[in-house]
Amino acid sequence: MSIRKSRDWFSPDYQEQERDKGVGHGLHPLDEYLRKDRIPHIWCPGCGLGVILNAYLRALKDSDIPPEDTAVVSGIGCSGRAAGYVDVDSFHVTHGRAIPFATGLKVGNRDLTTTVFSGDGDLFAIGGNHFIHAARRNVDFNVICVNNFNYGMTGGQAGPTTPSDAETSTTPWGGFEQPFNLPAVAAGSGAVYVARWTTYHVEELIKSLEEALEKKGFCFIEVMSPCPTGYGRKVGLKTGKKTMKHFKENSEINHDADPTEVALDPEDPDSKIVVGKFVDRDAPTYQDERGRVFEKARERMGVE
Amino acid sequence: MTKKEKEEDADQKCWQVETKSKEGSVCVITERCKGCEFCIDFCPVGALEQSEETTEKGYHPPKMTEGCVLCGKCEKICPEFAIHLKEKGEEKESVEEDDEDEERGEWI
Amino acid sequence: MMEPGTYFMEGNTACAEGAIAAGCRFFAGYPITPASEILERITERFPEVHGSYLQMEDELASIATILGASWAGKKAMTATSGPGFSLMMENYGLGLMTETPCVIVNVMRGGPSTGLPTMVAQGDVNQTRWGTHGDVGVVVYAPSSPQELFDYTIKAFNTAEKYRLPVVVLSDEMVSHMTEKVEVPPEEEIEIIDRKKPEKPPEEYLPFQPDDDLVPPMANAGDGYSVHVTGLTHDEKGHPSIDEKTQNMLVPRLIDKIRKNADDILEYEEYKVEDADKIIVAYGSVSRAAIEAVDMARDEGYDVGLLRPKTIWPFPEERIYDLAREGIDDFLVAEINFGQIVYEVERCTGGAAQTYLSPRMGGNIHTPEEIVERIGAIDRGEIPAFKE
Repeated sequence: MSIRKSRDWFSPDYQEQERDKGVGHGLHPLDEYLRKDRIPHIWCPGCGLGVILNAYLRALKDSDIPPEDTAVVSGIGCSGRAAGYVDVDSFHVTHGRAIPFATGLKVGNRDLTTTVFSGDGDLFAIGGNHFIHAARRNVDFNVICVNNFNYGMTGGQAGPTTPSDAETSTTPWGGFEQPFNLPAVAAGSGAVYVARWTTYHVEELIKSLEEALEKKGFCFIEVMSPCPTGYGRKVGLKTGKKTMKHFKENSEINHDADPTEVALDPEDPDSKIVVGKFVDRDAPTYQDERGRVFEKARERMGVE
Repeated sequence: MTKKEKEEDADQKCWQVETKSKEGSVCVITERCKGCEFCIDFCPVGALEQSEETTEKGYHPPKMTEGCVLCGKCEKICPEFAIHLKEKGEEKESVEEDDEDEERGEWI
Repeated sequence: MMEPGTYFMEGNTACAEGAIAAGCRFFAGYPITPASEILERITERFPEVHGSYLQMEDELASIATILGASWAGKKAMTATSGPGFSLMMENYGLGLMTETPCVIVNVMRGGPSTGLPTMVAQGDVNQTRWGTHGDVGVVVYAPSSPQELFDYTIKAFNTAEKYRLPVVVLSDEMVSHMTEKVEVPPEEEIEIIDRKKPEKPPEEYLPFQPDDDLVPPMANAGDGYSVHVTGLTHDEKGHPSIDEKTQNMLVPRLIDKIRKNADDILEYEEYKVEDADKIIVAYGSVSRAAIEAVDMARDEGYDVGLLRPKTIWPFPEERIYDLAREGIDDFLVAEINFGQIVYEVERCTGGAAQTYLSPRMGGNIHTPEEIVERIGAIDRGEIPAFKE
């Protein structure tokens, strides 16, 4: 066996070689949705992003939506890399701005089934303002928030969903801020579909994604995900499988839960991670309403 | 499988190890595996275990033992798109299996 | 678009009408003085022309939204002023990096910071060139009247579509808020340019492979080409490729796209330059005072001309270089700031002529008398040349 020197793993030539290989492309049933020369992806062993992407592509494949009418938009971060792997029109934009970009895309072309695939920091810190307004407007696209409780790509800094006492690279003495309860933020802003799952709940996640793809309006799905490299190893969840086990043993499904009451409470050893589909209602979308008002305006002006 | 042959034949490799049963088969695309063990841990019947083999990057991909009921949990839970089911009779194009697999024979 | 004819129109209204005439059917903006009238006119007119108007939650969202709409195939525009333009810098860079056609109108007002919200200044000029991080090539138009706001907005859309980048229409509060005669031509007489579409089928098409003019044909989302667009340094497929080799292939092309096509994009106007030995360089609202100043100065016996850049970027570098060597002794730059394009003028003379600045700090434009007095002072050697 020839032993590659460690620096060879990162030389541009090696990267190019690896890129063009497209390991086993065409073998897996979802490979038709993956860009050939981008797999294996960059996510760490034990990261949950691949599970979520797997579920999303499965839901997409099982839906009737043609790939050429699909668009994926991501922000910056590990979750943000998802757009680069999906073989549809995909957009990897600036930090926090995936949602307004997706708004432009969807309102510009109503036939595009648009999904925003991004992380907790991207969507709720820098992108927080855009999130609540898009939910308020009820623009017709889906937002998948991969909540791994930290800023993973940049090395494990604390974020808006990091549990308050957790040790991270920017809270080395422990944290002192309260994290967001994401389903509450989404429901409170007006999202018509709000669900939370973990990467352990793949079956339910796939079903939720199928529902969200079908549903008209702003649909939000939070998916809790392991991040052993950035976050987990500092809080006793050193591997992906340990985090998955933690999700399995500490969660309960409750579709009737009030989104404002599903905040995580790590201090209480008996508290559970409440998952489920909390909100599923119907409301006119942004485009429905705009269409209605503009139609009336045209009547008043006497034009077509 | 010798590592040397893997390098020479890089273009043709597909690294799929297929384990057949009466109703279908489970295929592992070993070179995609990063050894996270989700499939092993969450198989409802414990039909997978870590193999002694190593991939080019040094991970131990899963291998089938027995009792698989083709539920598909492993396929859904794998983050690497490295394991999937095949129904009985499903023909896949361009599957070139490593010649040395045939030496070992089928596992079920 | 509007019925052809002669109108008495406010600058901002003319800008909105120019956009509609150019085919703009998507607008996202946030209210800000002195640009809000553009938003208001657009929202009034869009139901009629079946356009989409979104009032976003901030300028960061506005620019991100128009980039998305452009990828959905729409001609998209936003309008703002200094504080909002500063917020847009990151995504302005994203638009340049991903070669997304769109138009950004910046109606300059007194700065820095909140400054003089209702008063004229020209303090954002260099920001349009250098405000976003990294190396970019930009196109910026500087209208000096409501008519030019109408015409240049159309031109901005055409340039944006032709060269695939966000183009800035750099107005100022005075031009945008003045009301003047605007001639609206018939639709058939307006040249409209649309983005190049790919000719190759999806299997062969590379989204960022340029043609000979350095501009890649653009497939929109939903056209079936499965494009990947990223702000990371990317190869011709559009995939992130974070290495030196790719950077050296991509970024120089983005700059050269404008630099090498400058002959097609660059525009400027000259007035009585042929026999001048002093030239006033002014743009936007100041150029109106400057034109008057040229005639007044000539009455007093000075041989003065005016060079008015219509595109600030690309800047008329070669013209200034040539003028400096063909008998022009002095350039007087009159701008409502503490010196922005004066640096360019000084650089372009290469020392073959002297450069002077007539600064103003915002609030009002120069008077012609002020400029003529400056010319006199230069002639008598009473003021020093502009130094850095």
